[in-house]
Amino acid sequence: MTQELKKANYLELARLTLTFRDRGLEERVLDGISLHVAKGEFVSIIGPSGSGKSTLFHLIGGLLKPDSGRIVLDGAEITGQVGHISYMPQQPALLPWRTVRDNVILARELNGRMPKANIRPEAERLLERAGLAGYAGTYPHLLSGGMKQRVSFIRALLSPHELLALDEPFGSLDELTRLDMQRWLLDIWEEEKRTVLFITHSIDEALLLSDRIYVFSGKPTRVLKEIAVPFHRPRRGELALLPEFLALKQEIYCLMKAERETGKQNDAR
Amino acid sequence: MKRSRLGKEIWPPLAVFVGFLFIWQAAVSLFATPDWMLPSPWQILREAMASFPRLWMNTESTLLITLAGFAVGAATGLVIACLLHLVPGMKIGVYPLLILSQNIPTVALAPLLVIWFGFGLLPKLILITLVCFFPVSVALLGGLTRTDAALMDYFRMSGASKWQIFFKLEFPHALPALFSGLKLSAAYSVMGAVVSEWMGAQKGIGVFMMNAKSTYRADRMFVAIFLVVFISMALFGLVSLLEKALVRPSAAREEPNS
Repeated sequence: MTQELKKANYLELARLTLTFRDRGLEERVLDGISLHVAKGEFVSIIGPSGSGKSTLFHLIGGLLKPDSGRIVLDGAEITGQVGHISYMPQQPALLPWRTVRDNVILARELNGRMPKANIRPEAERLLERAGLAGYAGTYPHLLSGGMKQRVSFIRALLSPHELLALDEPFGSLDELTRLDMQRWLLDIWEEEKRTVLFITHSIDEALLLSDRIYVFSGKPTRVLKEIAVPFHRPRRGELALLPEFLALKQEIYCLMKAERETGKQNDAR
Repeated sequence: MKRSRLGKEIWPPLAVFVGFLFIWQAAVSLFATPDWMLPSPWQILREAMASFPRLWMNTESTLLITLAGFAVGAATGLVIACLLHLVPGMKIGVYPLLILSQNIPTVALAPLLVIWFGFGLLPKLILITLVCFFPVSVALLGGLTRTDAALMDYFRMSGASKWQIFFKLEFPHALPALFSGLKLSAAYSVMGAVVSEWMGAQKGIGVFMMNAKSTYRADRMFVAIFLVVFISMALFGLVSLLEKALVRPSAAREEPNS
């Protein structure tokens, strides 16, 4: 019974379509996207750049309304409604005039009337967990790119919403920092077990972190394939050397490559 | 470190200014210019000391209406900018009128204000406000509309309300812009006060100037000019100090996401 409850879909997107219209020009962005995320599950979306992944997040976040289709969160329809998810953007988007300590409580502050003092102990605990205990009173411009992203992630974690929507959070970091951050995210997520929808364009990142992966096509965007990632947790970085890992990586790579070829042909026509 | 940087900013212009005074003094002695045409800096200083009690009384009066006018003007500018930003459609309708208001010459407006409101404090405050509100409004409005796109996106995705966006993001983000407007206003407010005194007042630097003019006392005129410059700079400096205390240096200079 509990097993079944756990498996129930926490977030469900049903046949979302969206077309941008700009001065008579029409561009179909989303072409019937359906996907679901169970509670406590880590799901990644991978696709070519410009495939409307961020647009999909804007739909889930309620900034855009789909032409058709429904978004259901925890059993209630939230299509076109804001304030239901916790969001971590590609850029850290920290307030430069606030200290790290005051930045991480922002999401909570925007969503509830809870006094700041009540969030502080939890914030301090997570900052310490992120190795940022000594930086609580520091301003963001003094932090490195990786540290800023950790602050941004903790802010997302402190949000009262169960679902974390992470939009290519490590996209702007250098390769080494990126690997560090993936490790760190894996550790902290395996402890906190929040529901995560993660956008990336790195196949390795998606395979290392996720329970399931949706591979997206180019515009107009469809789900090309849903892939379950079988590796058990806790995961280690050495995972990337396993033959099963490489086989999955190759499968996704070929899928995306084939999609790109057809995309080019369509453009040429 | 901080002190030496401040020193670096103050010394060069001060040295140039002192050099200028020296050349002035030398030129006046060399060409033996008559006093009523161009007094030497030394004579101006002597005159300033000689008429100190009268000068102080006038300065006090001017200072008072300057500060009052600046406060009212800055507050008006702030409210106007916030209203134009927050009320939909208001900016398109009212902004051109704001610019229009700056094309009315104050010297032409001053006598009208006297006809409407008499010789009291009110017309003077109105005049200084008209001079002061504009830089504050324009600077703040500019700051409010230039909010960082990534931060705005984050706030909206997180479900922030219009008021939360305004008070937690847009306004703090626009603080540096607000202060650049305030500094301009502070400097302008003294000129506004002097012009407002020309249209009729018992005392003030403006009155002192009018008297100097009608008696052809160039030295007194220069004393008044130096006073106005000095008060303007002092006000500018005060607002700068306030800015240093309120605005994080990082926020003023650095892009939020660099």
